Amino acid sequence: MITKVTHMCVYVLDQDSAYDFYVNKLGFKVHTDVPMGPGARWLTVTPPEQPELELTLFPVREGNVFDAETARTMTDLVKKGTFGAAVFTCHDLMATYEELKGKGVEFKKAPTKEFYGFEASFKDDSGNWFSLAQLNHEQ
Amino acid sequence: MVSQNIEPEHYPRLYLYRRIVQAKLFIDRHYAENIDLEQIADEAYFSRFHFCRLFKNAYGKTPHHYLTKVRLDNAQQLLAKGIPVAGVSFLIGFDSSTTFAALFKKHFGVSPSGYQARQLKKQTSFAANPLHAVPNCFAETCGWK
Repeated sequence: MITKVTHMCVYVLDQDSAYDFYVNKLGFKVHTDVPMGPGARWLTVTPPEQPELELTLFPVREGNVFDAETARTMTDLVKKGTFGAAVFTCHDLMATYEELKGKGVEFKKAPTKEFYGFEASFKDDSGNWFSLAQLNHEQ
Repeated sequence: MVSQNIEPEHYPRLYLYRRIVQAKLFIDRHYAENIDLEQIADEAYFSRFHFCRLFKNAYGKTPHHYLTKVRLDNAQQLLAKGIPVAGVSFLIGFDSSTTFAALFKKHFGVSPSGYQARQLKKQTSFAANPLHAVPNCFAETCGWK
């Protein structure tokens, strides 16, 4: 029986830029930031109130994981916003929306009322998009 | 069901949210100073009671509890850098390192010195063998081992 998720992978185009976005804009905490040889780095962050879930900010670059063509294709796909990576939740969507917008986060969709609560969606610095929700049971 | 934009019908007083967000950002920036929450409420044009209620609705914590959380979260980062407990207490805005240590332990279930020892040990372990930080399937796929 599977019990929990501990790691999720978000493919990013630049780890330094992703660090700034997830830590300084979204307010995530750095869990692990360890160099892995020349040009490689294991970087994970956690949501502010969920320290047991690590988002691995995994770089898209040619190397052992991606060959040159796959890296180019992945870069294009990430950039054009193909990948919806996760749903984040917050206590109050409008307050969070206003804060993130003020920090320069690009929203794909302004807050809307849905049957399960309120939802908006935004893009990270690479192009991945996330749902940001305020769920009814948290109201 | 068709999505409905929630501006402005569900948030007719958006300006109130903006004030609350500004108050939160003020705490984020000035947590290490002697912050007077009464003053923040005044600057946000709220009564203290109204301010606390709206802040708690938005962030799930009273302004005081949020300030404490921000201070303690930053304390964790400073402790992980090896800064002595008394120094950390001062740097995050506590007058008393005893009060800081008690709050830290209540919040995280471990003393600041215990947390620091654990973090430094982890860092030493990662420095000696970075692969200890990585799930093996990733390390293998990335060709790191």
